[in-house]
Amino acid sequence: MELTPQAVKPVIDVQNLTKDYYIGEIVVRALRGIDMQIFPGEMVAIMGPSGSGKSTLMNMIGCLDSPTSGDYYLDSLRVSDLHDDELAIVRNQKIGFVFQKYNLLPRIDAIENVALPLRYSEDTSNMRQRAEAALESVGLGDRMRHKPNELSGGQQQRVAIARALVNQPAILLADEPTGNLDSQSGKEVMELLIKLNQQQNTTIVLVTHDPTVALHAQRTIQLFDGLIKAPEAIA
Amino acid sequence: MKFWQALKEAIASIAGNKTRSFLTVLGIVIGVGAVIGVLSIGQGAEASIMGQIESIGTNVIYVFRGNRTEDVTNPKYLTTADADALANRARAPHILNIASVLSGQSSVRFGDESAQTSIMGVTGNYAEVIDLKLSEGSFFTESHITNRSSVVVLGPELAERLTGRQTELVGTTVHINNYPFRVVGVAAAKGGNQFSSPDMDAYIPITAMQLRVKRQNVPNAVDFLLIQAQDSNSIDEAMHEGRTLLRASHRLTSRQPDDFTMTNQEDMLSIANSITNILTIFLAGIAAISLLVGGIGIMNIMLVSVTERTREIGLRKALGARKFDIQLQFLTESAMLSVFGGLIGIGLGWLLGEIVGAVAANSGTPLVPEISLNSVLLATLFSLAVGIFFGWYPALRAANLEPVEALRYE
Ligand SMILES: Nc1ncnc2c1ncn2[C@@H]1O[C@H](COP(=O)(O)OP(=O)(O)O)[C@@H](O)[C@H]1O
Ligand SMILES: [Mg+2]
Repeated sequence: MELTPQAVKPVIDVQNLTKDYYIGEIVVRALRGIDMQIFPGEMVAIMGPSGSGKSTLMNMIGCLDSPTSGDYYLDSLRVSDLHDDELAIVRNQKIGFVFQKYNLLPRIDAIENVALPLRYSEDTSNMRQRAEAALESVGLGDRMRHKPNELSGGQQQRVAIARALVNQPAILLADEPTGNLDSQSGKEVMELLIKLNQQQNTTIVLVTHDPTVALHAQRTIQLFDGLIKAPEAIA
Repeated sequence: MKFWQALKEAIASIAGNKTRSFLTVLGIVIGVGAVIGVLSIGQGAEASIMGQIESIGTNVIYVFRGNRTEDVTNPKYLTTADADALANRARAPHILNIASVLSGQSSVRFGDESAQTSIMGVTGNYAEVIDLKLSEGSFFTESHITNRSSVVVLGPELAERLTGRQTELVGTTVHINNYPFRVVGVAAAKGGNQFSSPDMDAYIPITAMQLRVKRQNVPNAVDFLLIQAQDSNSIDEAMHEGRTLLRASHRLTSRQPDDFTMTNQEDMLSIANSITNILTIFLAGIAAISLLVGGIGIMNIMLVSVTERTREIGLRKALGARKFDIQLQFLTESAMLSVFGGLIGIGLGWLLGEIVGAVAANSGTPLVPEISLNSVLLATLFSLAVGIFFGWYPALRAANLEPVEALRYE
């Protein structure tokens, strides 16, 4: 907590969040009461064993899914009060999501993939320039016209990061962004994220299994069986 | 998302899968093609028929044997005696002329050339009644009728076919039904796009017709009578007078219905119109069914497409697409697909019309297929409507997908 001045409001404020899944008669309690705050400019790593609820939590933060109970404030907005269309605007403007499986559209080239969120924005001016700038910021200025299948896994994930950044969101969420990559590309992607956080002050929440990655984060949150385990701060 | 972007994406998506897109809209293509094709042929035929009816002249009344609307047992034959009865200035002041017609098919031969065509056995005032002009010679007269003269007036096309020329034919001899006939005149071309061209006909005295070509069991029977009214304003009066005189001539009591039918150009036009209307309704039915089938095809493929692109839809939603954006995207795609199908169908229909027109022209029936701007616009509009209607449900399914669920879809 000493790294985050009290005067600053959290970007993400999660209070007693739970999520139950129902599979027929069986209830899976994926999240069992999460309290968590993330402040502007932070880079937070979420760790925990498989099935501990990391993705579920990320989907809640990313407004892709709604919790069973509890409150979630994003940039002081109470997310549970929002309608479908308002949620879409929040996803478009405030959140950049990076998936484990890049999720690029195969038919269109890198720059068009990056520009996709802009198409759903109010402000559709200078789409091309903004997409180009985002691609350049991830070091792919020379790969704009490449289709996803003409790029390596690491490059594809960097295109996905550019896409997440193109609308200058309040927060970048990455769920195991290196999970599909070999160690070298994984390292490059992680270095990019660290650079974005340090040089551009981008707030980042990422899920990772790699303890060395976690070392670069200012904070690590350990999830275990749907609950946050142990103290938040690490070394 | 802006509409033009949705349009661009739709076109890219359709173009990205050309074979499948084409197969998807095949139903629309065939449906629209069939309708446009048949419609163009129908309109061409309609123009021919209308032209032919209009060539009759507005002040001519046709009289046929029998009654089309009421049952009449043993209707009397129309005869030249009926024609004489109609020629009654005192009781029928609005009737100017009466012509009798007895027609039949027969061979006409000139030297080695011969043709099978319509022979019109007519009275001398026929040319006047139907306003037939001659390019050379003169029409036969009452004395030719009385004398059962073997004289003939050739239609220009028939003359051309038999002799290779249309002039200097007066005085030559042709054989009709193997009897020699002396040519006294050649008719001027009636022109127009007639269905069965009168330019191929040969005109002979009705008496010669009875004697040489079409022997009748009933003496003096004719196929139909033509009554020429004083002018186009006195048609109704002339019909009324003619009817009274004919009923008297046929000795009908006041309780018996007419055993003949009178029609004028206006009646024929309205009959032709009602036939055209039935044809149009029939075509509309085919169109509706084929568009329905085509639309179901589009809906089917759009549903498959939504399923295939579930992850894409989830991703778009994660990036900020609203329900409306997704719906617009898929609706635009199905609408574009359908309109493309419609446009291809219009091309196909045009081709169909041209082919039928060419075949018809080759077999001697001039038929110019017509595609009106209206039918093209209507076909396009209907395809658009079908695309939107049958794309609605798939688009709604896509729009209502939950982002997480969609992203998790394998
Ligand atoms: N859609 C779902 N339906 C049912 N159970 C689910 C669903 N998503 C996740 N779960 C369950 O919730 C728990 C947490 O899953 P998840 O958040 O994906 O874990 P992690 O990302 O940490 O591996 C697991 O037990 C998982 O089986
Ligand atoms: Mg996970």
